Amino acid sequence: MLKKRLICCLVLQDELLVQSIGFSRYLPIGKAKIAVEFMTNWDIDEILIVDISATREQRKPSMNLIANISKNCFVPLTVGGGISEIEDVHRVIRAGADKISINHAALSKPAFITEAAKSFGSQCVVVSMDVKTNSTGSYEVFANSGTEATGKTPTAWAKEVEELGAGEIFLNSIDRDGSKKGYDLDLIRSVSEAVKIPVIACGGVGVMSHFVDGLVIGGASAVAAANIFQHIEHSTIIAKSFLQKAGVDMRLSTMARYTDFLFDDSGRILKKADSELDEMWLERATMESI
Amino acid sequence: MNCVDQNITVVDYGMGNLQSVANAFAFLGAKVQITDNPELVANADAIVLPGVGAFGKAMSNLHSSGLVEALNHAVIARKKPFLGICLGMQLIAEESDELGKNRGLGWVPGHVRLIKTSGNLRVPHVGWNNVSVKIREPLFAEVPDDANFYFVHSLHFECPAQYASLTCDYGITIVAAIQKENIFATQFHPEKSQHHGLRILRNFVRHLNSTSKNAECKADIHA
Repeated sequence: MLKKRLICCLVLQDELLVQSIGFSRYLPIGKAKIAVEFMTNWDIDEILIVDISATREQRKPSMNLIANISKNCFVPLTVGGGISEIEDVHRVIRAGADKISINHAALSKPAFITEAAKSFGSQCVVVSMDVKTNSTGSYEVFANSGTEATGKTPTAWAKEVEELGAGEIFLNSIDRDGSKKGYDLDLIRSVSEAVKIPVIACGGVGVMSHFVDGLVIGGASAVAAANIFQHIEHSTIIAKSFLQKAGVDMRLSTMARYTDFLFDDSGRILKKADSELDEMWLERATMESI
Repeated sequence: MNCVDQNITVVDYGMGNLQSVANAFAFLGAKVQITDNPELVANADAIVLPGVGAFGKAMSNLHSSGLVEALNHAVIARKKPFLGICLGMQLIAEESDELGKNRGLGWVPGHVRLIKTSGNLRVPHVGWNNVSVKIREPLFAEVPDDANFYFVHSLHFECPAQYASLTCDYGITIVAAIQKENIFATQFHPEKSQHHGLRILRNFVRHLNSTSKNAECKADIHA
């Protein structure tokens, strides 16, 4: 049966991988290519790369960067940021992307969603939306990295993009971004219930149990995170192991599976008993070859 | 004299994640060329037809660039090994329903139809799914039974059961891979399915090298 997906979101600013907090602070982490290498070795299901400065600076995505990053990336790669014309989609896919993500272009020219879906198939087109609570306390879709109110509710916009031909929705909570408070589950659930296409949740993960909530309570088809994956060894493997133990059907195919490890409620690995540690020896593990 | 490895020709018809496919074969050490030249395709040792996009546009591109004749020559007449991926698998059908009826290459009987599945399963079928192996050799040797592969499609190819080498479950049974003589195809993306996917591509390369009629190679073995 189809598994739930764990997706790593890599936020790039001027081609540098950054940590995003509230869509306003960006702290440098390092090179995207290295993160991609780690993620693919750590059993990630998909990678989403979004260049947040491309649209703002009105420039196109960097084809060289995409080609370089995708060279040894043998998991699906979605690229977003600066895509506004059909020719951009064509070039990004030729450079090595499997799917494209559009946000600003979808809002300013909704017909572009249909145009891209007609040429490349709906499954290639991910529409990304950034949502925060507005001054009246209701959810609203915002444009331009959360600075411009659109007047659209997330559920209405989600239905509209589905109608126009989008294959998936990437749902970002601006309020929760970098907060480590967990996903905005009400938001995720409302959008997931409004459409039939897959919804990918993003924004707010602080501990592994947040992923479980996003899938089970939020009803998302996939859960994404950015920051958390960059700061813990084997982060994505641990997340999947925790999810599996919580009863979620996940793919877990690395040699390291953490099956005999115990986790606390939030998904932190517990220290093994001293007696167990005393008994541990080095194990020879053969490197997996293709 | 060393036995020369066969060359893999990845067909460029203006629609597809060619680079990912070529990267995967290159990673495995195979010799790859990406081309839209019908003559090179017609004389290829082996053909890979990847695909991202709409069926109608794909067939139209193949026709207008002279690639249909070239593909028929290499695959049907010369019986060279062929691997279709995703849209590339759907194109070998007789017909597709995508955005109006379109004729395919017609190499394998059957039709491509929209996935109509049960309950609250969403379309497109996107993500990792496990498969049931119906015909293991040569493509699925050493692929574990619980392996998952990456699918991303809204339509599926309904072909006769004898040609379905892999199936998967998504509310309905979906043909995940096809095998008919020298024609192989996968609905999922092996170049995007990490280690198990790469194994399938490696098996294709091995199959190609072992079935090639390279005269120098045979002479070498018997010397």
